[in-house]
Amino acid sequence: MSTAEYRAEEGTLQGGGLSQLARPQIVEHGVRGEPPGWLGWITTTDHKRIGILYLVATFMFFVLGGVEALLMRLQLGAAQSTVMDGSTYNGLVAMHGSTMVFLFVVPVLAGFANYVLPLMIGARDVAFPRVNALSFWLLLFGGIAFYTSIFFEPPQAGWTSYAPLSDDAFLPGGGIDAWIFLIHLTGLSSLLGAINFTATIHNMRAKGMSWGRMPLFAWAILIYSYLLILTLPSVAAAVTMLLTDRHFGTAFFDPTAGGDPMLWQHLFWFFGHPEVYVMILPAFGIISEVLPVFARKPIFGYKAIAASTAGIAFLSLLVWAHHMFTTPTATVVLAFFMLSSFTVAVPTGIKILNWLATLWRGTIVYKTPLYFAAALPGLFVVGGITGVQLAVFPVDWQLHDTYFVVAHMHYVLFGGAVFGIFAGLYYWFPKITGRLMSEGLGKLSFWLMLIGFNLTFLIQHSAGLSGMPRRIYWYPKDAGWEVFNLISTVGSFLLGIGVMVTLVNVAISLKRGRRAGNDPWQGNTLEWFTPSPPPANNFDVVPRVRSVEPMKDIRREILEREGTPAGSVAQPVASRAS
Amino acid sequence: MAAALLLLCLLGVALATPHVALADILTPEDGAGSREADDIDTLYKVTLWIALPIFLGVEGMLIYSLVRHRARRGAPAPAQVRGHTRLETSWTVAAALILVVIAAITFVFLPGIRTPAAGGTQRAGMPVQVAATGQPPVPGVPTMRIRVVGQQYLWRYDYPGPGRLFSYSTMVVPTNTTVTLDITSSDVIHSFWIPKLFGKADAVPGHINDMWFKVTREGTYRGNCAELCGENHAQMVGEVKAVSPAAYRAWEARQRADIAAAQRGLAEQRKRLGAGLPGAGAARVPR
Repeated sequence: MSTAEYRAEEGTLQGGGLSQLARPQIVEHGVRGEPPGWLGWITTTDHKRIGILYLVATFMFFVLGGVEALLMRLQLGAAQSTVMDGSTYNGLVAMHGSTMVFLFVVPVLAGFANYVLPLMIGARDVAFPRVNALSFWLLLFGGIAFYTSIFFEPPQAGWTSYAPLSDDAFLPGGGIDAWIFLIHLTGLSSLLGAINFTATIHNMRAKGMSWGRMPLFAWAILIYSYLLILTLPSVAAAVTMLLTDRHFGTAFFDPTAGGDPMLWQHLFWFFGHPEVYVMILPAFGIISEVLPVFARKPIFGYKAIAASTAGIAFLSLLVWAHHMFTTPTATVVLAFFMLSSFTVAVPTGIKILNWLATLWRGTIVYKTPLYFAAALPGLFVVGGITGVQLAVFPVDWQLHDTYFVVAHMHYVLFGGAVFGIFAGLYYWFPKITGRLMSEGLGKLSFWLMLIGFNLTFLIQHSAGLSGMPRRIYWYPKDAGWEVFNLISTVGSFLLGIGVMVTLVNVAISLKRGRRAGNDPWQGNTLEWFTPSPPPANNFDVVPRVRSVEPMKDIRREILEREGTPAGSVAQPVASRAS
Repeated sequence: MAAALLLLCLLGVALATPHVALADILTPEDGAGSREADDIDTLYKVTLWIALPIFLGVEGMLIYSLVRHRARRGAPAPAQVRGHTRLETSWTVAAALILVVIAAITFVFLPGIRTPAAGGTQRAGMPVQVAATGQPPVPGVPTMRIRVVGQQYLWRYDYPGPGRLFSYSTMVVPTNTTVTLDITSSDVIHSFWIPKLFGKADAVPGHINDMWFKVTREGTYRGNCAELCGENHAQMVGEVKAVSPAAYRAWEARQRADIAAAQRGLAEQRKRLGAGLPGAGAARVPR
């Protein structure tokens, strides 16, 4: 077929999903039925049900973490505020950070991966379905163990729990122990999940899906899994040492007995920095799927994006001490970590430019997933730029541990990861539930979140530049930070409302959303081949994969075979009759 | 369309304004303060000016594409471009080059920021020391070396010289003198930071961190502890009070005399307590 014909066909594919006639009849061969009701949910080993459990649980933790953030913003909204005292505030700092990292962003991505990844690569489940169930329950009980601490004493040393503050001499209450449980249980959950995803991706791809034809989201999850496997042992060792320091008389981090607090920081950040990429790479993967679908154009530079994912992951293992530029460390070490941190900017920059080039001269279809996906590069670039500034270590001496860093980190993790997660939610919700979400509420939510987010965090750069340290619960009137903080607090509530609108949208659309059909967006990947929601065995027949966009091939085949564009599914009979 | 334009305005204006307008907040007042803080401020501005065109370029490209290339009724299907090796190679090289430039500029500024400047006033009675911790000693540079110890939730400063001289929370230094700091902690990690004078240095128990500054203008410079250190972290404030060398000498003499007097008083009290333990008068030590 000539290029011209090919383009003409692409142009005719508008709206709707696969032709009903062409869709394979699914009879769910070899599937054992699950017990009905809640027992089915508790005993399930189906990756789709586990994926839904993940998504529901993590979004509940997201709401909790968000409420904690709003309480902190309430306290900081005015100078010399008396809403709460220092220990309550420090509790919120630790709960918010730990919740968002360990109970929302990392596992929600595992949730999407659980649901979508096997469908995307044409597998019937993950490699180890029962281990998969264990992953979810470890996560849930890790979160519950952590949250029981609010009934006695929450941890008060931040999500980083720096020793010796986290040692029993300074924080003897059980909060830090609850935090250690959280790290161990969610860590084990992530580790098992990562092994599962790795085994699934390596062994269970559809016929013809070579590495070069694998969806970019699958690439991102593969790299996410490798990073977790490489770095989780480091933090697991660190928190075990902290546990024995606290309860069994060891002194790994106690300088008065020959230990060293710097050891904690090295072990923690050797995990902690790659963890940032664990959180951001799958979000990058999501928008690398969403942008080409809604631009009606292939992803620009597929190989460069896949390679830069691997490159970022490798380099992220070499940059951990840029969190430690203000510690007593030799200048030559600081210089090394500055340069290694710079190098991460190159593959990251490549990704941003590739996304821009994907949108360039596309035919951009404005649906909610596109809004969130297109906002990601625009917001993430701010975090990327401030990241390079912070990597210049003399500059970091001024900006470290100020609100500039808080702003930087939220541009990366909210502007990057969370906007990507919301893009994924709006993109895959029709596949998961069989119903479309409301576009009106979706766009309202997007604008509230975009404006609220920028209002909250942009101004925090300025607060940091004028000397406001992070993690303080109180500041005097004459410090000059009140205006910044008031703006930030107003923005944060707008952002909170924006998130709630999406949750309301989910609740309404579950029952009343329009029927989605198999392929509401004209997706590129195999999850759009099965019905929505997919049957228990996903596929009776897995199509052979011939390119990076198998669904485009399938739609074209249908067109050739039936002489009708697959897109005309709405009135297939009527259109043929006329 | 309108929405996308709003996005542009929001992002562009919001990002550019606070950065440019408030970048000066990092600067000590009009060149006064210390050179280290000045140099860091300049370096920050250099990175900002390199970053701004990149930021505007990315946002501009994004918003232009979103507005210009939105789906229109009857528009032809987009060309199915999958990549462009030469373009991709060139932007990779360009990104790397920008970072090489930033690295080079940093290394140009580094010695000025890291190495203590020659002290201005060298006077009799002030021990001449070389800044030695963690950096090459600079021969012939007179400095005053102060030990800074963080503890929940205040700072203690031990000054050089014969006898004991220390103060809490407020550090008094003479102007135009290079002051080097040996920073440590006696409990948890703190971070000593006076934004207008120097960057942060973490006070880590069991380690000594170093920092230096030279104040050129008299004044009081405040800064918060910058590492979460417990429930009153927010109230852990440090202060550097820079006074003229003459005023410093006066303060030093007064402070030394006060400390000596207090120590003498304490010693006497102890002696009285010890001598009077079995006797009657001992309990009547004024509270």
